[in-house]
Amino acid sequence: MTRQMTGAKMVVQALKDQGVDTVFGYPGGAVLPVYDEIFQQNDIKHVLVRHEQAAIHAAEGYARSTGKPGVALVTSGPGATNAVTGLTDALLDSIPLVVFSGQVPTFMIGTDGFQEADTIGITRPCTKHNWLVKDTDKLSETIHQAFHVATSGRPGPVLIDLPKDVQFADGEYTPPAKAKVSHYQPRVKASIEEITDLVALIEKAERPVFYTGGGVINSGPGASQLLRELVDATGFPITSTLMGLGAYPASGKGWLGMLGMHGLYEANMAMHGCDLMINIGARFDDRITGRIQDFSPNSTKVHVDIDPSSINKIIRVDLPVIGDVGHVLEDVLKVWKSRGRKVADTSAWWEQIEEWRKVRCLTYKPSETVIKPQYALERLEALTKGMDRYVTTEVGQHQMWAAQFLNFEDPNRWMTSGGLGTMGYGFPASIGVQLAHPESLVINVAGEASWLMNMQEMGTAMQYRAPVKQFILNNERLGMVRQWQQLLHGERYSSSWSESLPDFVKLAEAFGAKGIQCSDPKDLDDAIMEMINYDGPVIFDCLVEKHENCFPMIPSGKAHNEMLLGDASVEGAIKSDGAVLV
Amino acid sequence: MSALRIQQGSTSHSAYDLRDYHAEVIEKHTLAVLVDNEAGVLARVIGLFSGRGYNIESLTVAEVNHQSHLSRITVVTTGTRDVIEQIKAQVGRIVPVHEVHDLTVEGPSIERELALFKVEGTGNNRIEALRLAEIFRANVVDSTLESFVFEMTGTSEKIDAFAELMRPLGLVETARTGVAALARGSHI
Ligand SMILES: Cc1ncc(C[n+]2csc(CCOP(=O)(O)OP(=O)(O)O)c2C)c(N)n1
Ligand SMILES: [Mg+2]
Repeated sequence: MTRQMTGAKMVVQALKDQGVDTVFGYPGGAVLPVYDEIFQQNDIKHVLVRHEQAAIHAAEGYARSTGKPGVALVTSGPGATNAVTGLTDALLDSIPLVVFSGQVPTFMIGTDGFQEADTIGITRPCTKHNWLVKDTDKLSETIHQAFHVATSGRPGPVLIDLPKDVQFADGEYTPPAKAKVSHYQPRVKASIEEITDLVALIEKAERPVFYTGGGVINSGPGASQLLRELVDATGFPITSTLMGLGAYPASGKGWLGMLGMHGLYEANMAMHGCDLMINIGARFDDRITGRIQDFSPNSTKVHVDIDPSSINKIIRVDLPVIGDVGHVLEDVLKVWKSRGRKVADTSAWWEQIEEWRKVRCLTYKPSETVIKPQYALERLEALTKGMDRYVTTEVGQHQMWAAQFLNFEDPNRWMTSGGLGTMGYGFPASIGVQLAHPESLVINVAGEASWLMNMQEMGTAMQYRAPVKQFILNNERLGMVRQWQQLLHGERYSSSWSESLPDFVKLAEAFGAKGIQCSDPKDLDDAIMEMINYDGPVIFDCLVEKHENCFPMIPSGKAHNEMLLGDASVEGAIKSDGAVLV
Repeated sequence: MSALRIQQGSTSHSAYDLRDYHAEVIEKHTLAVLVDNEAGVLARVIGLFSGRGYNIESLTVAEVNHQSHLSRITVVTTGTRDVIEQIKAQVGRIVPVHEVHDLTVEGPSIERELALFKVEGTGNNRIEALRLAEIFRANVVDSTLESFVFEMTGTSEKIDAFAELMRPLGLVETARTGVAALARGSHI
């Protein structure tokens, strides 16, 4: 069943056939034919953002909270170049996106035509793959292939560049079922030898730790379920990267908290001291490993990953297991059960972990007069616990505090820019999440500086009635930069002030949204409840302590057992060797 | 460990291999990469090398199967064993890449390069150049009264050696194709 239609119509038809319901985009000359088709149908909702970067982040938020690929549409030239940051963000965090960009007509390519950019060249290194479609007959197959590539193997963003004449021309539409099968079929099942070897290691380990990452979440809710089963059945402790929070519930008995540069003391010490490390869907990022030479010196390391290039890229592992996390966990459970569910005695290990926990590394100095950012998040957590809640963040101290102080019980509930660390991610992402989950509470935990980077999206939030809550921890500082300058650059605070900030309440009101400001800890609970209960977008300007530092912290180039503990150590909460404090 | 069972040089598995780990030794490997012959595919491969800081010593590319639109890229690269493994894994995950073969570890292979040398000279130098060309089985493909163009195929080392000899005899210009390589034997 093939049909003749214009390229522009094909785009819309292919999106429908791929089950797409929402497209984030911004029009321009080179994509007008597609916009014309969007106008003439009602199945696909187009969300007009206010900047193309936001279209990509919104699509990321949509994708990460639903597990479906996010779709965005931008025009040629500046539309495409504005999308580059978002594409790079999605590439580093393995978020499936299909992005369409307009292009000058094929006969003008290479002539420096109006709004021409070498979009394929520019986006080649920041997409998983990209295509310039020059022939309308090939367009629909290319789109189906794009969805396949974006979502299979290690997910990622892909881009299709659409010259305007290709959108106008007629061609034959191929439905997904008729499309050629792609040779791109990454292996999802690990070999039985790999599985059996992993099970044998599980059976013998005395000081094991699961180290999980975003790959578990990308593998789908089933993978998180299997992870919970395996962790609880073995009784092993588990820590997770920033990207993997929620795959295992924060209330679970094996949970150690997040690891890494601002991870929990017990999590990092467990990584350092374990005899078996089982990395599932994480990639030994430098924010996780600290100094490579001293990374977990005495452990046997297993790495489960769908991407072979992640294996031995940074840390040499003893047992690579190449496959999809869900498939691998299923097989491991099967084999482990069939061999009698054996585990060694890990009680001494747990006792050690309990000792580390006593450090209470998240301790901070409370205050009666100023709102501590940690306190603000503790209250936000307490007041939203159990709600149908999604959280996005910007990038900075607030992001790390959010990871430390908010608890996630389920996957796909936590959206943050991990790999690229993109300030400006959180607000548009929150809109993408909210549009996918209209009835849920969606909060963007923001820093004032990051939030300003995409503040134009207030217009989008208002237009689409996305009642996103912008919870800004306003320290009037580029806080994370200031912290590094304090600790590493002799307290020379070079350009880390947030000068000339807007009045956030008036700003909200200017867009027709609600603004709330809070500066007194005593008012905080009521203010947060007011934010939650308001039916519409809210900018919550939470004036917090300006010079708070985020601890624990492994300074760059230090090892896991060289964490700075900050107030927890100042308070004398740590009784053991001071060597760990540096 | 199952790593023991991972075929050396296999790309469907991991970058893992069990040979001794000498982090500092720089090795030279010849990789054969089969790719879809689509626009930009070479840029993808080269972009990966430059973007991730890998070396390219030599690179050749041409379509080898017209029906299935497959091209073969032969790239000679250098790096530590870890880097070579990483290169193979990174190249292997480029979407239009079908296969990556490390000819240096997958068994015996043959490597050939074609070169053209322009040598200017008269008198004894000219005679000596011609004599050496004969020894090296280089063909004369163009000649004037003051110059020859020699054509030669062989390993890169042989071509290097010939170029070295021609230099004092009036070598003025060289063109080389870069390495093409195939595994020996009947298997593919
Ligand atoms: C686009 C971008 N530019 C610069 C940085 C570097 N950077 C990381 S955190 C940070 C400060 C963020 O300030 P704010 O949003 O107020 O958060 P805070 O750390 O104060 O909580 C900066 C500038 C970045 N991550 N992203
Ligand atoms: Mg700030």
